[in-house]
Amino acid sequence: MKPAFLLVLLFSLSAPASAAAQDLGAPIGDDGLVETTTTDASQVEAEEGISFTVTDEAAWSDIGIAIPAFATDRERATPANEAGTGALGREIARVITANLRNNGLFKPVGPDSLPQPAFAQITAPAFSTWSGRSAEMLVHGYVRARDDGRLVVGCYLYDVALKTELVREGWVVGPADWRRAAHKCSDLIFARLTGESPFFDSRIAYIAETGPKDRRVKRLAVMDSDGANHRFLTLGSATALTPRYSPDYSKILYLSYVDGNPRIYVYDIGTGKQTLVTENSNPTIAPRWSPDGRHILYSMAVAGNTDIYRVPVTGGASVRLTDNPGIDVGGSYSPDGTKIVFESDRSGSQQCYIMDADGRNQKRISFFGGRCATPEWSPRGDQIAFTRIAGDFNVAVMNTSGGNMRVLTGGWQDEAPTWAPNGRIIQFFRTERNSGRSGIWQVDLTGQNERRLPTPVDASDPAWGPIRP
Amino acid sequence: MNTKLATILLLASATGLAACAKKAPEQLPPPPDTGTGTAVVPPPQVLPAGPQVGTQAHFAAAVGSSTTIFFDTDRYNIDSQDAAALQAQAQYFARYPQITFTIEGHADERGTREYNLALGERRANAAKNFLASLGVDANRIAVVSYGKERPAALASNESAWAQNRRAASVIIN
Repeated sequence: MKPAFLLVLLFSLSAPASAAAQDLGAPIGDDGLVETTTTDASQVEAEEGISFTVTDEAAWSDIGIAIPAFATDRERATPANEAGTGALGREIARVITANLRNNGLFKPVGPDSLPQPAFAQITAPAFSTWSGRSAEMLVHGYVRARDDGRLVVGCYLYDVALKTELVREGWVVGPADWRRAAHKCSDLIFARLTGESPFFDSRIAYIAETGPKDRRVKRLAVMDSDGANHRFLTLGSATALTPRYSPDYSKILYLSYVDGNPRIYVYDIGTGKQTLVTENSNPTIAPRWSPDGRHILYSMAVAGNTDIYRVPVTGGASVRLTDNPGIDVGGSYSPDGTKIVFESDRSGSQQCYIMDADGRNQKRISFFGGRCATPEWSPRGDQIAFTRIAGDFNVAVMNTSGGNMRVLTGGWQDEAPTWAPNGRIIQFFRTERNSGRSGIWQVDLTGQNERRLPTPVDASDPAWGPIRP
Repeated sequence: MNTKLATILLLASATGLAACAKKAPEQLPPPPDTGTGTAVVPPPQVLPAGPQVGTQAHFAAAVGSSTTIFFDTDRYNIDSQDAAALQAQAQYFARYPQITFTIEGHADERGTREYNLALGERRANAAKNFLASLGVDANRIAVVSYGKERPAALASNESAWAQNRRAASVIIN
């Protein structure tokens, strides 16, 4: 049976299943556009007076940022929340609170411990209420359901001591994309308070793992940066590995054993169509995108020897970038697309090398003892994350010359780092000794704030996509 | 010599039976005629004991543990022990020239995923090249790497890892 036929079979079988609750192998629906809008809460006269509902004040002692429920101008039904826009406003504030808390930089207090501001207060906060409770920063927002069914979400950040507005922004989203508005608001707050680039409104592709160690089922899966909107994209009958989101989120590169051999496929998310990255009988592994999304790097074994190749995403002839009897594999572009960091065992063990994007000027950069594997160039351009093998496997970073190496994690087997879009957080997967259980973890560049991401089943090979437009 | 010949004959007939049994009938047989009570009871078929030629079980019975060779950490060279095992395989495959097979290359869990896929590929090809040098037609040998994705031994210790760094010759029916 031909591989193409198998794929068609697999996906034609899965397509009808999308209507069922199973969500197996269904293509992801089209992304709704998020349109930035002017915040317009001030233009709407609110009728309600000031009425606070305090549910729990226990967390007030830790407050840095207060994030009460977002208000609504008028309680309306919305597909985003069966209880209406008011309940949705509370959910949005919960998502923002979880985002800011989970990344270790802030101690936010969320809507379940705070009084709820009225709609009119969104643009005119009761500062004395909040300063009296030692809140330093205050987030306000509103949800308004438009007649066309779309939602307007406004987001405001106030400095309580100064009694001033620091930043505001609004977005128009489809009801299904309400979480994106919460992530956009989180990004607005994060960027304003830290001076860093945003990262919450982004997605992660990864491999979901189930089953015993010698018969693991490995499926392609995707989720939002906070683990929400989780979906399995493949059925698990064929082992899937090492996904990579395209820079515009329209495609995923990944490895599948669907025809019995390891091969890279380009999975078009909109259509569910899959194509081989290159028409070739040799095994292909380790797919990567160029920063502009126009080229794909892959590694191919010919007569047992693996080298790195580049092919245009539109197809056509591949260019061989390495030509070495050692294993050359992987590769990660610098953000400007001029250089590639990759791993090779040409020296006798896995080490990290840099070359020009055309394969010239290959030189080793890792000389700190141990091995250097799975290098990934930071989106900021200044650092390279990699798997350091020195007894245990740990995630480490170095500068682009191989200097200032710092180990960030301390697990038994931590591997395959992937950068947040802002280059401040790294995700990786951690495998437990003996059981083989795996999970996705993240750590910031200080190495201090480490946490496990919630996934429905075991997880590996995280690949963090860029910030969404 | 006589017993050997008999075994081969038995195995050959068994292969024939197996081949017949695998084919699905074009049409379903007619339902049994319950009215007359003269249903034909087929005579019991007695299959010969032992695995059949063309199966992994037959291969394993013939060469024993030599179906699989093992490697040192990150290495893919064929040492003297591997060479002896591959010689046993080559003799078997010379005796059954109709058989095609796959060499599965594996790595232990103490390597990164992508590198291990490349390493398994190297190991399987090393075994393939050695068998070819012993006269086995390379066109009969497929190669696939599973990296660290399919361990044979499940513990996380040196003994398990040594069992997992392997190239296994497999006859797939």
